[in-house]
Amino acid sequence: MKKRSPIVTVVAIGIGAALFFVLGRFVAIPSPVPNTNIALQYGLLAFMATLFGPLAGMLIALIGHALIDFSYGWGIWWSWVIASGVFGLIFGLMAKGIGINRGLNEGKFNGGDILRFNLSQLLAHLIAWGLVAPGLDVVIYAEPANKVFAQCLVGGISNIVTTAIIGTLLCIAYAATKPKKGSLKEEQ
Amino acid sequence: MKPIFNYVERSSPVHALTGATKLCCLLLWSFAAMTTYDTRLLAVLAAAGVAVFAASKLRISDISFLLGFVTVFMLLNNLLVFVFSPEHGVGLYGTRHVLFSLGGRWVVTKEQLFYHLNLVLKYLAMLPVVMIFICTTQPSEFAASLNRIGVKYTVAYSVALALRYIPDIQQEYHEISQAQQARGIEMSKKESLFRRLKAASAILIPLILSSVDRIETISNAMELRGFGKHKRRSWYMARPFRPADFVAMGLCALLLAAAIFLNIHNGTRFWNPFI
Repeated sequence: MKKRSPIVTVVAIGIGAALFFVLGRFVAIPSPVPNTNIALQYGLLAFMATLFGPLAGMLIALIGHALIDFSYGWGIWWSWVIASGVFGLIFGLMAKGIGINRGLNEGKFNGGDILRFNLSQLLAHLIAWGLVAPGLDVVIYAEPANKVFAQCLVGGISNIVTTAIIGTLLCIAYAATKPKKGSLKEEQ
Repeated sequence: MKPIFNYVERSSPVHALTGATKLCCLLLWSFAAMTTYDTRLLAVLAAAGVAVFAASKLRISDISFLLGFVTVFMLLNNLLVFVFSPEHGVGLYGTRHVLFSLGGRWVVTKEQLFYHLNLVLKYLAMLPVVMIFICTTQPSEFAASLNRIGVKYTVAYSVALALRYIPDIQQEYHEISQAQQARGIEMSKKESLFRRLKAASAILIPLILSSVDRIETISNAMELRGFGKHKRRSWYMARPFRPADFVAMGLCALLLAAAIFLNIHNGTRFWNPFI
């Protein structure tokens, strides 16, 4: 695979953050719990982090999430913004380490990759919403621990489910648009 | 479609400040509001915010749709805190003055109500300055400001790109969504949750794949123009600092210093009127 220009990463972060914002702000699926929407943007984030690496994953999440908070007018809820960034970073690192980064660009995303993609997202979400977000909520905002853990539990589970469905479908669809390695043969 | 970050063009002393100043002030202000739970300082922050809002010649009608979101979010957050932890204030302030009981473990105490007052004040301390920042800073100046306060220009440029492409992507989402709905995709409450998620994918996949193509087009265009060749870059929207900018930043720095001083002076982040 040819080396990617650093400009691609800059643009990927910008477009990724814009997508993250639009999904998080306008494409809300109403959930059974009142006043809670299902966040679709983490499926997109996992897909972008797989394609463009951990740094892109982290910055897409930080910029996108901060812009969402801003657009609602309550400033930046730092603890959850940071948790999103941590998810992008950790997932990006794990997805890079297991090599789907390269395979995906050559149209390869098979059963093993699906399993590794989902194990990575599960682990990264657990760290982000089980440790980082509630921990920072208690430390920074002095909120009651059981309340923030309950919020993060609901958010975390819904994020894991949407990442599993949307992220996996996106990777499969993307792989299908790429020509397979060795799909062309020289005529004898 | 309504613009998200609605810049309101008026001439006021706040509009005249550079974007970098306003960003710097917003950060200092939000750190001050974040670190302290001292009711007196939070009240000062809220009052000062409203005063600056008036000075910036903004009207309530400019921000009315945002106020709705914040109010709902604030009420919901307070309700959740009370439902999950009605004794949180007692734990924080160390005394217990019972007012009345709502049954079960939900006993209303003075300490809990005081804690909720602080939570509400925290929103009120932040709300005016965020609104002022959104309404008086041009989005294109925002990226230049990020670079000015020390963020690497490639990252600042990513933010600029995000702000530039949000309306485009919103428009494209709208088009794809209508095309798919014409083909019978249902995303409303009538469908089951799982089928709604599947329906969402039918819109997201074309949207995101076309955006990935767009990334390639834009980065090629930027590369052709030599983006990223130098260590620094200049910004069309950057403005030089003037004395008023330094005054504004100085005042905000004082607020943060006050917050830190009160934390040390009180020994905790909370101001306790009960002992």
